[in-house]
Amino acid sequence: MLLFLLRRAATFAATLLVASLVVFAVLEWLPGSPAQLMLGDTATPESIAALQARLGLDRPAGARYLDWVTGLLQGRSAMSYAYDTPTFELIAERLQVSLPLALLAMTLTVVVALALGVYAAARHNRAGDVGVMALSQLGVAVPSFWLAILLILLFAVQLQWVSAGGFPGWSGDDGGGVWPGLKALLLPALSLAAVQAAILARVTRSSVLEALREDYVRTARAKGLSRRAVLWRHVLRNAMVPVLTIMGLQFANLITGAIVVENVFVLPGIGRLVFQAINNRDLVLVRDVVMLLAAVVVAINFVVDVLYAAVDPRLRVAADV
Amino acid sequence: MFRRAARHPSFVVGAVLVGVLLLAAALSLVWQPYAPAEIDIPNKLAPPSWSHWLGTDSLGRDIASQLLVGSQNSIVVGVVAVGIGLGLGVALGCLAAARRGWVEELVMRLSDFTFAFPALLSAIMLTAIYGPGLLTSIVAIGIFNVPVFARLTRASARSIWTRDYVLAARAAGKGAWRITTDHVLPNIANVLIVQATIQFALAILAEAALSYLGLGTQPPQPSWGRMLNEAQTMMFQAPMLAVYPGVTIALAVLGLNLMGDGLRDLLDPKLARQR
Repeated sequence: MLLFLLRRAATFAATLLVASLVVFAVLEWLPGSPAQLMLGDTATPESIAALQARLGLDRPAGARYLDWVTGLLQGRSAMSYAYDTPTFELIAERLQVSLPLALLAMTLTVVVALALGVYAAARHNRAGDVGVMALSQLGVAVPSFWLAILLILLFAVQLQWVSAGGFPGWSGDDGGGVWPGLKALLLPALSLAAVQAAILARVTRSSVLEALREDYVRTARAKGLSRRAVLWRHVLRNAMVPVLTIMGLQFANLITGAIVVENVFVLPGIGRLVFQAINNRDLVLVRDVVMLLAAVVVAINFVVDVLYAAVDPRLRVAADV
Repeated sequence: MFRRAARHPSFVVGAVLVGVLLLAAALSLVWQPYAPAEIDIPNKLAPPSWSHWLGTDSLGRDIASQLLVGSQNSIVVGVVAVGIGLGLGVALGCLAAARRGWVEELVMRLSDFTFAFPALLSAIMLTAIYGPGLLTSIVAIGIFNVPVFARLTRASARSIWTRDYVLAARAAGKGAWRITTDHVLPNIANVLIVQATIQFALAILAEAALSYLGLGTQPPQPSWGRMLNEAQTMMFQAPMLAVYPGVTIALAVLGLNLMGDGLRDLLDPKLARQR
């Protein structure tokens, strides 16, 4: 197990390293200088030179890369060009919205998908199963940002139960608070979760169906265990491996999906931050946010790999040899 | 095969929806009710009527025409993005399966790594540099398709490589290249076709999202995603404007997914019986 963990951790670190190189290189090889791109076509040569000096662009690329990476590792970040604030501060502030949003969406996804998936598998080929499958086919096809718009149309425009967007903040001082904050995140989380739940419910169903066909299920039933006991004690644990894989991928999808949905609901999260950074041509901020998001995706895959091995010891052995 | 296909309900529904999408795109090349970018302020926000089937938007542009012409856009994105993924991904996957060893390791690590940049993320990075546009979004979506096809190709190709007929071919003196083109590719084509339909649907969704954010197709070229963006500003006056493009996207994606599922069953009868 230790060897397995070490190997996975090494791959994780190597992937992060390559990702940082690519992010750096892509933003390095732009057409023209970054300072020119940030200031636009009307910039004077003097202002471009001044910005280049301020960003340290007159130094060689290798030194700047090292600076950036050591900075990231030590938790000290460059200044955002547009906001004149360290990028980490901006990101940390926006994570207060994006992280709860992703967690809320993931919770909704898992609860709905597992319930529907197991239900459909238990009623295989009967009306309930067909209904759940049809619903999930529909859920996969609906773009999350359109669902978001529809939810706004229904709950904000027609029924006027919630506001059409914005975020009141978590602290009670400026009209926000835990409950108003959660309320503002509910519709965005719902629109993100619907698609993911549809996918996960299908995976859960087919995975449970497959596990139900195994010999040990027949043995357990022959031993006299009830259908329900077999389902909970033997089938679900074995069916969880593919479900976990997809869940890992989905968390990554939720994070990038949040970029779009945050813009629909005008939520001040990471997605909106990176979008504004693009519009401001704030390359420093774009670089750090993209790196953060890529790191999150890689980290989730790492955690899923380790979780796998915990759920299914066979995989651990297979990976060791 | 055709008789079986005609009796497979989800394949039929999917094929009909995809057929309508293709026909609409083809039709819009030669005929449109109105020029999609034609502004007609006196007729703005007109309700559906005989002259404007789905009404007009806030600038008086005909909704039906925009949806029709927008279908070209979605198809181009789907075809090119899936083409990039198929072309590079299948080549890399076949190489990994044929060469094994460090080549395989390198290809797999590369695709692991590309997974760290979902389409939206690479599109954001590319638009930050090259500015928003159709080409940028196609490339971004295409890059993300490469590891999807590379992994699938490698996994399916490896199982073909263990078959007896491949052993026989090797004994007869065929090289890795000939075995790949003669035996591996024809045998994994089915799996690739099914995956291509699904990735096509995902590409349409991704393009719509990018265009909604203003990072994809630029005006005056109409696109379903941008129509939704424009509709959102008019939500209180004309809520239906936000409904039509969304329904269109959902139907196109639903059609492709159903067709992909149906194809999987039809091309692999063993799998169908298990279900």
